[in-house]
Amino acid sequence: MKPIDYQSVMARRNETMLSALGLDYAPFLQHPVTFDYEALMAQVSYSLDTVREIQSRVGVGNTALIELRQINRLVRLLAPKGKGARIFVKDEAANPSGSYKARRAALSMHHAKEAGFKGAVAATSGNYGAAVASQAAMRGLDCIVVQEVFDSLGIGQPEILEKGRACEIYGAEVLQLSVGPELFYQFLRVLEETGYFNASLYTPYAIAGVEPLGVEIVEQMQAATGAAPDVVICTHAGGGNLTGTARGLQKAGASDCKVVAASVDLSGLHMASDTDFNRKHFTTGHTGFGIPFAGWPDRTDVPRNAARALRYMDRYLLVKQGEVFYVTEALARLEGLERGPAGNVALAAAIALAQEMDADQTIVVQETEYAGAGKQPSAQLSFARARGIEIRRGDPDDETPGAAVVIPDHPSRIKLRDVDLLHVRKSLIRKAAGLMPQGRKLEAEDIKFLAAETRSTLEFVEACVT
Amino acid sequence: MTFQTGDWVRIHSVILTPDERTSAIPKETRGVPLEMRVKGWLVTAGASIGDAVEIRTTLGRSYHGTLEAVNPPYGHDFAAAIPELLRAGEELRAMLAEAEGETT
Ligand SMILES: Cc1ncc(COP(=O)(O)O)c(C=O)c1O
Repeated sequence: MKPIDYQSVMARRNETMLSALGLDYAPFLQHPVTFDYEALMAQVSYSLDTVREIQSRVGVGNTALIELRQINRLVRLLAPKGKGARIFVKDEAANPSGSYKARRAALSMHHAKEAGFKGAVAATSGNYGAAVASQAAMRGLDCIVVQEVFDSLGIGQPEILEKGRACEIYGAEVLQLSVGPELFYQFLRVLEETGYFNASLYTPYAIAGVEPLGVEIVEQMQAATGAAPDVVICTHAGGGNLTGTARGLQKAGASDCKVVAASVDLSGLHMASDTDFNRKHFTTGHTGFGIPFAGWPDRTDVPRNAARALRYMDRYLLVKQGEVFYVTEALARLEGLERGPAGNVALAAAIALAQEMDADQTIVVQETEYAGAGKQPSAQLSFARARGIEIRRGDPDDETPGAAVVIPDHPSRIKLRDVDLLHVRKSLIRKAAGLMPQGRKLEAEDIKFLAAETRSTLEFVEACVT
Repeated sequence: MTFQTGDWVRIHSVILTPDERTSAIPKETRGVPLEMRVKGWLVTAGASIGDAVEIRTTLGRSYHGTLEAVNPPYGHDFAAAIPELLRAGEELRAMLAEAEGETT
């Protein structure tokens, strides 16, 4: 029997992960930095139309696109004359497990079944667990979800408890862990024990599964307004949401459409801290994932991450927790749509951005997610209040993550806050250069790769490394 | 009170003790064990809370740990309304209604 202590299991991580994927990453690992990203994506041998068909057979995709007419009226009241883009939202909550994550799981589970796996394991505290569990159930596959849910007092974050419950409902075995990145060790042990598929969020399948979302946006906007949208805003964490959507937009020919990322600002809170864990009121779509993943995508459970958001990001906006709660209320009150937290991050950013854009322009917020116990502002803010976090009205710029949530006292308080993408690009390029072995320099091909990785130019990359 | 084989229970176990944890985490996290909770059907007969037991999960997999709870509630709910948000909702409605008044 193989030893199962921490060091031994971690030392076997690469072989364990690879045998659990049914994909050959070797061609993409030959150089420390550069690899053929499109060839990685081409490991998914299905055409876009086939992907859509696979998904539609399991009720995934083809969600409604809804114009937010009342919110748009509000935006026009706030915006300077002639400004105020129209905002539309893609109602991804209508997917089988209640979020766009069903798209990622659908193609992954299709692949797992085709490749002969009997079950799948996912390491996720998010909606992806329920998505994998739901898609596995549809195919008669076993599903095990490993989630980080409790602090050391045994207190569960309400939204993650809800996600765990949803996994159980779909028949998954749920391993509920306390705080810490060594969750990965437990995940590897389960993969070794079961020989199940690694339903990583970051395989080419998981990303190709999102592409139809971008395509649907273009088709539906063309039908609604006669043109592709000017801007699509994606709630951003690990980057698969944005990457897949942007690739879909490109495949549908919307090359002029700007792709904007949005995350909730949780700066100051440490993601691996046992004491900060229950002082966050969002479990995804926040800077704790969004910033590190934008700046360096290869930090996951696969050797090369297929979600590479910086390749597609035109702009990256931050919103405050209080703004997202406020906008969640607005969506319910003004549009009659009670929806969960993640999509409302992008919606808050859209409300601010629309005021900068012309009145004849359009923005698509590319997702909603399901609402429910644990997920609603009532659950999160009551939980926060019970932990001594101050909740008040005022200017959200005064918010301190972990100490206070400031709900805007007027809609004009919702603001644009740009992440400095030049800085993010530079740091990615420098980190990549640092991976080159002693005495080996970045060649022309590597510079080209890094320019594509960072959505920049050859000159920019060269300037960063000299 | 003792519980029967076949009761739906939750067990608790320690995956890593503090000294087995990675050094790349904040000290408050390194100071506590990495713990795991799993639910399943009780295999051990006549066990009480706190006993070392075996369970079978819904997938039929076996786990050992300390019996912590029998059919525990999920423990999350909608909690209470947030008055700050209720007021914000009313204000937004009023703003749109007022603007309507101006244009008609
Ligand atoms: C509903 C929802 N929206 C958005 C995101 C962010 O997606 P990504 O992690 O791919 O950036 C997530 C997951 O993290 C999610 O569950």
